Amino acid sequence: MNSRIGYVAFNTFREAVRDRVLYNLVAFAVLLSGAAILVGEISIDIERLVVVNLGLTAVSLFGVVIAIFMGIGLVSKEIEKKTLYTVLSRPVRRWEFVVGKFFGLTGTLVVNTFFMAIGVFLALLYVAHKFEKADTAVLIALYFIVLEFLIVCALALLFSSFSTPLMSSVFTFALFLIGSLADDLRGFARMTHGLTGALATGVAYLVPNFSAFNIINQAAHGDPVPGRLIAYNTAYALLYSAMTISGAVLIFQRRNLK
Amino acid sequence: MAAIEILDLEKSYRVGFWHQRPKVALRPLRLTIKEGEVFGFLGPNGAGKTTTLKLLMGLVTPTAGTARILGMDYDDPRVKAQVGFLPEQPYFYDYLTGEELLTYYAQLSGVPAKERSRRVTAMLERVGLTDSARTQLRKYSKGMLQRVGLAQAILHDPKLVFLDEPMSGLDPMGRREVREMIQQMRNEGKTVFFSTHILSDAEALCDRVAIIHQGELRGVGAVAHLTSQAQGKVEIIFCAASVPAALTALGVEARVSGDMVNAVLEEEKQDAALEILQRAHLRLISLTPVRSSLEEFYVQKLKPRENGRGAGA
Repeated sequence: MNSRIGYVAFNTFREAVRDRVLYNLVAFAVLLSGAAILVGEISIDIERLVVVNLGLTAVSLFGVVIAIFMGIGLVSKEIEKKTLYTVLSRPVRRWEFVVGKFFGLTGTLVVNTFFMAIGVFLALLYVAHKFEKADTAVLIALYFIVLEFLIVCALALLFSSFSTPLMSSVFTFALFLIGSLADDLRGFARMTHGLTGALATGVAYLVPNFSAFNIINQAAHGDPVPGRLIAYNTAYALLYSAMTISGAVLIFQRRNLK
Repeated sequence: MAAIEILDLEKSYRVGFWHQRPKVALRPLRLTIKEGEVFGFLGPNGAGKTTTLKLLMGLVTPTAGTARILGMDYDDPRVKAQVGFLPEQPYFYDYLTGEELLTYYAQLSGVPAKERSRRVTAMLERVGLTDSARTQLRKYSKGMLQRVGLAQAILHDPKLVFLDEPMSGLDPMGRREVREMIQQMRNEGKTVFFSTHILSDAEALCDRVAIIHQGELRGVGAVAHLTSQAQGKVEIIFCAASVPAALTALGVEARVSGDMVNAVLEEEKQDAALEILQRAHLRLISLTPVRSSLEEFYVQKLKPRENGRGAGA
């Protein structure tokens, strides 16, 4: 990685840590341990199912909220506070700044997810008393959640490069919701014809397909995840976020910092 | 070689809900700043000073024209390694300490790793922030932030330093410190281009000044030349409790302050005035020719456009 991108990324990560973003882990730990204890008391034979479902959903939700709320301010806050002026007056290219910000945010989310994953596995150990081979599906589900974060971060950054934080959060959250229903949208597109069909197909394939990353239910039931899906999802997330970041760079490159 | 050559740089924005109305921020500007010069860019608020600096730093794109900095195109990435910039009322990452901030900027400026720590320590000492090096910037006063701002601008030993209103909002001590730092930059051979609307600072520091108003360059001149032009008047200061009637009859403008009188009169009446003082046995303190000030030049350059289009540089 270009060293300037690394410095910007590290500073973004440091900002998140000092702004106490990782404090959400405390709330997560409380939620999960409380749930694990409660489930241990009241459910018979479905403890694992409940803990995995609850744990992974919480990891995804906490992460998406952080990705959106940190991501929307990444560029706009720097412009508003004018901190960007002293950065861009150095030999830092605008694309390096945007990419650095992206890596800093995803780095924060990876660290966050790592600690939350430890929490999920501890809760699993508490209710099941041992790890099973089927738990690898939980690991893969966590990996997919991280891939999902890549796209959300990229989207938040894209909107942040030309819009206000409020509008950016609305756009990103709306796209996240629509993307979570991408499978249904694609189904709808297949049923329509003519101009509506073409439009629906366009929209269905343009919005990020977050539903492909959601294998929480499969993981909870311990079903195996096909290798092809892992490869497809990895390629899709990398390509989609790369294209989105390129869009953010193109917009930011032309932006006047008034 | 010229440090900065501004070649008809121009900027206008489109404003309004549909971006339909053009708003001119800077009319075609042509200006050359020599190497090693301390150059003052003067003008009232909203005159186009900050726009010019932002254009030169590549923060906004020009509508037309270009500029050359240290012999290179202004948007050449190599330029930025040799240039320092202090924005107006700078904001920094307030979650960082002074030391961390300077280290971050040193990294971005490409200061070699083995030199970084030494350079940061020396710079903190130079701006008098050694004791606050490990304090987060959110706890810094305005003066301290300005000092850390100056430190980041010269941390990488640039040849050219741009300062946007470096004294604005500072108390007298803070202004004095900033003035001393600019003097020091001059002694080190750096070219300093700074914008200000505080004329006394410009008069004390600059080799040359340019005056800009409503986005238009109104005049350029050497400070020494502007302030050395005689006005055909002299100022006499002498000891007296009141102005002698004979002196008043000569048509002097006099002001009594305690037991001193300060009188300004036409140069040709100087001998007659001295004779009156001698006859009245009044002690003469000083007699100095009245020179024009930068303020007069400034006011004169701003005036014509207030009443309509007219005189320029």
